[in-house]
This record gives sequence, C-alpha cells and structure tokens, in this order.
Amino acid sequence: AALGLVAGPARADALVPNTWDEITSYNNFYEFGTGKDDPRNKAGRLTTDPWAVEIGGLVDRPGSYDLADILKGVSLEERIYRLRCVEAWSMVVPWVGFELADLLNRVGVQPSARYVAFQTLHRPAEMPGQRSAIIDWPYVEGLRLDEAMHPLTIMATGLYGRDLPNQNGAPIRLVVPWKYGFKSIKSVVRITLTADEPPTSWNLYAPREYGFYANVNPDVDHPRWSQATERRIGGGLFAPRQPTLMFNGYADEVAGLYAGMDLARFY
Amino acid sequence: MGLAGRINGALRRIPVWPVYVLGLAPVPWLFWLAATGGLGVEPISALQQRLGLAGLQVLVAGFAVTPLRRLTGVNLMRFRRALGLVGFGYILVHVLVWLLLDLQSWALVRADILKRPYITVGMAAFLLLVPLALTSADRALRWLGPVRWRRLHRLVYFALPLGAVHFVMQAKGWQIEPFAYLAAIMLLLALRMRLIRARVAT
Repeated sequence: AALGLVAGPARADALVPNTWDEITSYNNFYEFGTGKDDPRNKAGRLTTDPWAVEIGGLVDRPGSYDLADILKGVSLEERIYRLRCVEAWSMVVPWVGFELADLLNRVGVQPSARYVAFQTLHRPAEMPGQRSAIIDWPYVEGLRLDEAMHPLTIMATGLYGRDLPNQNGAPIRLVVPWKYGFKSIKSVVRITLTADEPPTSWNLYAPREYGFYANVNPDVDHPRWSQATERRIGGGLFAPRQPTLMFNGYADEVAGLYAGMDLARFY
Repeated sequence: MGLAGRINGALRRIPVWPVYVLGLAPVPWLFWLAATGGLGVEPISALQQRLGLAGLQVLVAGFAVTPLRRLTGVNLMRFRRALGLVGFGYILVHVLVWLLLDLQSWALVRADILKRPYITVGMAAFLLLVPLALTSADRALRWLGPVRWRRLHRLVYFALPLGAVHFVMQAKGWQIEPFAYLAAIMLLLALRMRLIRARVAT
C-alpha cells in the first residue's frame, strides 16, 4: 500500500490528526497508572530494546521473533485512523505500522486456528501500575482470526513518522480502528493462535461492561455511560460532543465481518 | 487546659471569612488552567474530576468537625458552615460543568440521569445537599427551629456516602482512592451514629 493513504478515502477530509502532544500526553495504559498523564510521566524507564515477540500456538513456525527480524520482513506505512476510547473520547492518530496479516502469513497460520491472542509485557519493575491489582496482569487481548487478518488491522511501531513513544505502547502494539481502544493492546510480547476464544482483560474484570468484540457502536451503550456521542480530544472547553459512527466510521470495510450477528449480544 | 484548649484559643482569633475566600479561590484558578491547557488536552473531564474531588474533600472535612471535637476536644464548629457551603459550591460547579460544558444537551442530561447508575447516584447526592445549602443561614435555623433544622441536616448522612459511591462507580478497574474516601466517610458516619446513640441513651 502507498504511504499516507487512508482507508475509506471518502472520509479522509475529516481525519485531521491530533497533535503529537495530544496523542502522547493523554493515554490509558494502566501498566503505568490510572491517571491519563501517568503513562507519559512514568513510562520513561521501560526498556524496549532488546524486544522479542513470542509467536506460538497453531502456527507452522513458532518461536521467539526479534523485533528487528519482524520489521525486516514487512513494509511500514502510515495509517491515519480514528481512535475511539470506550470512555467516550476520541482522537485521530497517524500510526506507522504494517498489516498484522503479513506477520501471521509469514509464521504460517494452521487451518485449525480461529482466534489470535495477544499479551502485554509484564515487568512490574519498570511498569509501576502492575504493582497494584487494578486488573489482572498481564494484560491480554484477542481477535477473531478474520478480524486479525483484515487489512485495516495493523501492528504499529510508530506515529508521526517517529518511533512509538513508550506511553503509546512501544515498541510494537496492535491497532484495530473499528474497536474500542482497549482492544488495541500495547507493548506486545506474545501472539498465540488458538482454536477457542481467548480470555481478554477487561472482559475478565467486568464481563457485563466489556465484551470480547468491543466494536464501536453508538447504539449499544456501556452500562455506565452512553456511547452515542464522543468528545474529540483537543476541542477545548466549549467544543460540543460529536456523534459516534458505527464501527468508528469503518462500517463499509468491516460490517461484513459481523453479518447476521446480534451486535447487542456480541458487544 | 491542654493542647486542645490552646489550639481552640488560637482558632478563636481566626475569622471565618477566609475559609470562603481561600476555599473557593481554586475554582477560578481551575477554569483558568482548563482554558489555557494547564489541565491537559481534555480539560472538561479534568475540570469535572478536580471539582468533584475537591467538593468531596471539603465536605468530608466539614463532616469530621463533630467527631474531631468529641475525640480530641479541638473545636472547629465555627468553621463548619463555611466548610459545608464551600464544599457545596464545588459540587454545584461540578454539576454545572457537566451540564453546560460536557453534555450541552437537555436530552443527554435526562438520558444520563435516568440510565446511568453512577449519574443517578451522583445527582441524588447533589439534590440532597441543595436544601442544606438553602437553609444554612441563621435566619433559616431560627425559622425551622433547632430540632427540625438538625433533623433536616442529617441528610448529609446520606449525601456523603452517595457522593463517595458515585466516585467509586465511575472508576475503571480496582482503584484504591475512591474506596478510601468511601471507607473514611463510613467510619465518620459510624462515629456519628455512636455519638447519637450515646446521647439518646443518657
């Protein structure tokens, strides 16, 4: 794919990226604390080099893949995506990354695989939030295989053409733009292909509030707040909320993945 | 005359009005910070959180005045009304920011109050505080008579725990801070209940 191209070109005009400062100062990354500025203030000590990703499960070539080796086999490109947090705020982020499908094809997905499980680094010495039991550590997430193979799903290693800052999930993270942000797991150390739906952290914490799918959907409210509207970061004190788009604006590309599914049940 | 007596002697020389002035001075300061980027890139949420937490803190301080006097003899009774009104002031602005800056729509307000349990609880806590603020003047105390006034002002026994529950309910994950406030309020409430029972018994 060409550099700088955006999925869903009809909406490209609305996708003005947030500033570097906005994207790197307002983060949910509970491994460093629950405050929005904790990740920026406390992620500096995280060692991201060397970094390896353990790829295993139902794959032909399991193993520990050094990040540099992973990056040798892929073409990095910019993807300007909306990011919609389950807390009803949103940003637009110019990620740099590659399609997860490229990596999965390289390691060879076996026919019996139906899901992909991901795991974040667990290193309390460098991740102070992990010293409190805010949720069960390590953070885990998962996708259905067709979601993982979708061309919109990327592994990001940078933003604004620079290396990913630690607070944004360095050195490598998942980005699934049509799902609430918590699905886009950060600082990934393990990818496992499985036959069964893998456990996911927020679903384990509160299954009624956070489903496995977590597709952005203005019609299915979170039990504690409405998902119909969102606040765009950077609007200042007087900006009105804006309506939330089905599948975060990527319905044309991904609605087909969920044909026939009751999205209120599989939330 | 022990330490408490000496502290009370010093306290008697302090006028009450600075509690209002210093107590509420952070409100315009917070709005200034919010408007100039000092509260980060999402100033509306930050404002709501800061105002709500400050209101809760000041109200807890006011709620601690009686137990503090019973347990240590230190008497802050002169400042209690000011603490209550300052705390209410923060909560009022907290609610107004939610109404006027965050939601900006009556339809959203209605839906939020009816459908979101933590908003329902928070709104109930706020509404319970309103009659207390309205009857805070000496004239209202005379008009109601001390017995009825005191009974009315026991609404704070419900408002404060509800406020803390609202704080607990809006958090994601097991965060310690909101639970700490709820625990402190329940402890103060238990102390208060014991004092009332002791008074009834004698």
